[in-house]
Amino acid sequence: MAIKIINENCKGCTLCVKACPFDAIDMVNKLAVINEKCTVCNQCIPACPFKAIEKEAEKEVVKVKDLSAYKNVWVYTEQRAGKLMNVALELLGEGYKLSREIGDDRKVCALLVGYNTEHLIPVLFSYGADAVYHINDPLLENYTTDGYTKVMSEAITEYKPEIVLFGATHIGRDLAPRIAARLDTGLTADCTRLDVKTSNYVDYLEKYTTLDTSSLDRNSTDKNLKQTRPAFGGNIMATIICPKNRPQMSTVRPGVMTKLEKDETKVGELIKVQTNLKASDIRTEVVEIIKATKELVSLTDAEFICSGGRGLGDPSGFDLIKKLADKVGGVVGSSRAAVDAGWIDHSHQVGQTGTTVKPKIYFACGISGAIQHLAGMQTSDIIIAINKDPDAPIFEVADYGIVGDLYKVIPQLIEEWDKAQDLYEAELYLKA
Amino acid sequence: MKIIVCAKQVPDTNEVKIDPVKNTLIREGVPSILNHDDANALEEALKIKTAYPDTHITVLTMGPPQAKDMLTECLAMGADEAILLSDRAFAGSDTWATSNALAAAIRKIGDFDLVFAGRQAIDGDTAQVGPQIAEKLDLPQVTYVKEFSFEGKNITVKRALEDGYELIKLKMPCVLTAIKELNQPRYMSIPGIYNATKKTIPTWSAADVAVDLAEVGLEASPTNVYRSFTPAGKGKGIMIEGEGEKEQAQKLLISLKIKHII
Repeated sequence: MAIKIINENCKGCTLCVKACPFDAIDMVNKLAVINEKCTVCNQCIPACPFKAIEKEAEKEVVKVKDLSAYKNVWVYTEQRAGKLMNVALELLGEGYKLSREIGDDRKVCALLVGYNTEHLIPVLFSYGADAVYHINDPLLENYTTDGYTKVMSEAITEYKPEIVLFGATHIGRDLAPRIAARLDTGLTADCTRLDVKTSNYVDYLEKYTTLDTSSLDRNSTDKNLKQTRPAFGGNIMATIICPKNRPQMSTVRPGVMTKLEKDETKVGELIKVQTNLKASDIRTEVVEIIKATKELVSLTDAEFICSGGRGLGDPSGFDLIKKLADKVGGVVGSSRAAVDAGWIDHSHQVGQTGTTVKPKIYFACGISGAIQHLAGMQTSDIIIAINKDPDAPIFEVADYGIVGDLYKVIPQLIEEWDKAQDLYEAELYLKA
Repeated sequence: MKIIVCAKQVPDTNEVKIDPVKNTLIREGVPSILNHDDANALEEALKIKTAYPDTHITVLTMGPPQAKDMLTECLAMGADEAILLSDRAFAGSDTWATSNALAAAIRKIGDFDLVFAGRQAIDGDTAQVGPQIAEKLDLPQVTYVKEFSFEGKNITVKRALEDGYELIKLKMPCVLTAIKELNQPRYMSIPGIYNATKKTIPTWSAADVAVDLAEVGLEASPTNVYRSFTPAGKGKGIMIEGEGEKEQAQKLLISLKIKHII
């Protein structure tokens, strides 16, 4: 696969050069030439009005591996100190959906690794796991890269799942690349959407993007995992596939996928996986694990998030944001600009390099709406933007916008919040 | 001590804007920079060199010929040596293939105690190449390093977690990846810039590092880009107008009630 310029069609207009995120197109003698920076991201193809750019047809793939032996969707159900991470349950929900998209005979399985974690097994069943692969070993009490990589790689090699999902946590992002490298398979980082069925993927593209979908066949029997993620600082979205290797592995952003309803009557199959881990296999020593004393900000679970940005003017502006958050029963978020200015701790940061959130309501106060911020909050149900600058990009994604001084608007919102029902009824009465 | 710092030249993605009409990237005028986390990795190596002047720092990058500019910047900050790994055969490499090439180059350098890289690059944000190099070299790793100290061959680091940190001990040689909390990278110095311009930066090809061509480049990469697109905005919402902030606040709340959002 490579991008090819059809020289007869190229008019030298340079539109493709501008569209290329990677600076991979040069103009030579008024013709576009692809250079070595090309990542085959395909951005240039729709940018060319003269159909002078195409992707060279995929060469006949020599199947060195028999992929049909790989079945089922595995979720690494990360636990720390005997407590499941929320993202583990979200991924069981997503894994459930994907396994059924592949076929009725497919299962979603939890891979539970640690020591004395038996109490979590019924929880995993109740959130949708058809089976739990349980690895229990005193050497696995704390997470270590070496220990977890060894036992999980061996389990994957033995049981051959076709998909393995990890939460994109600090542990998942340490572990998954190491396992993928050991198994010589592909890994896609920080996914925000996963599809197996082409028809679902096309529906998504048609609803949320401007991409031309005419080249995609809704009825295709292609069962490759289509892994969509923000790239390039959130400026573009890329869908990644791993067609020649198994398992297909992804890390998935916490807070993006949806848990199944808890069903405590559900039971499933339990497989105890034996290990031959030795203390000498683990080359790092975890001396201690320190929990931060600072207040934990659970942005991913919050129904309401009130975020402040550079427009607050100074750090004391977060006092007002906190008041609004307290009033609506939400938590305080921030833009990167406010974190970089030292006004608030990084744990509050929403965006590409912070936390991805999708609350019921997201208040963006004094936030201009840099792309890397939007990448972390634009799937919120409702976005309310308050900003002095009517041209701020945040208004492009906001459901409701108020142009004005946030120091005047927010106190009014706080004051009127509890009266919302009365205001609504008065409005109905007026209309009636 | 001998330290290899892995760095990447990246476009400054914060400077990228989207053309609101065509919904395409505007890449013109976007500068190429030394990736932020990699600058933290280099800074930590330079701090070690300040304390132990016999420390030798080699900066290694894989990229197109233009990446030499970034390497010159690293030399001007105080690195001793810089190597560019560049070959058309590497084009289109995903993280698996990239780590094969970098691991081969590190094997060629041979003598080292520590490989320090940034946690992730701002253009890809994968954080995968560091751990994958460690795997290919069969070395222990610690990612998200926010504090570092050592004595002899023994290293103690703090590894950042979402809600705190882990205190970890390990031995050299190993691979560490840095985050911005680790330190504040220095600027280039005038003598550093002067010295940097006098140094030659060797370019190593795939053949130079003896990497199997079946393990690098687009064809060898397990992952491929299937489609890519710019996320479409959800379309402009409703601007709440009103006589004064009180009325705006009231109108907003009524709208939210009407739609059963609150």
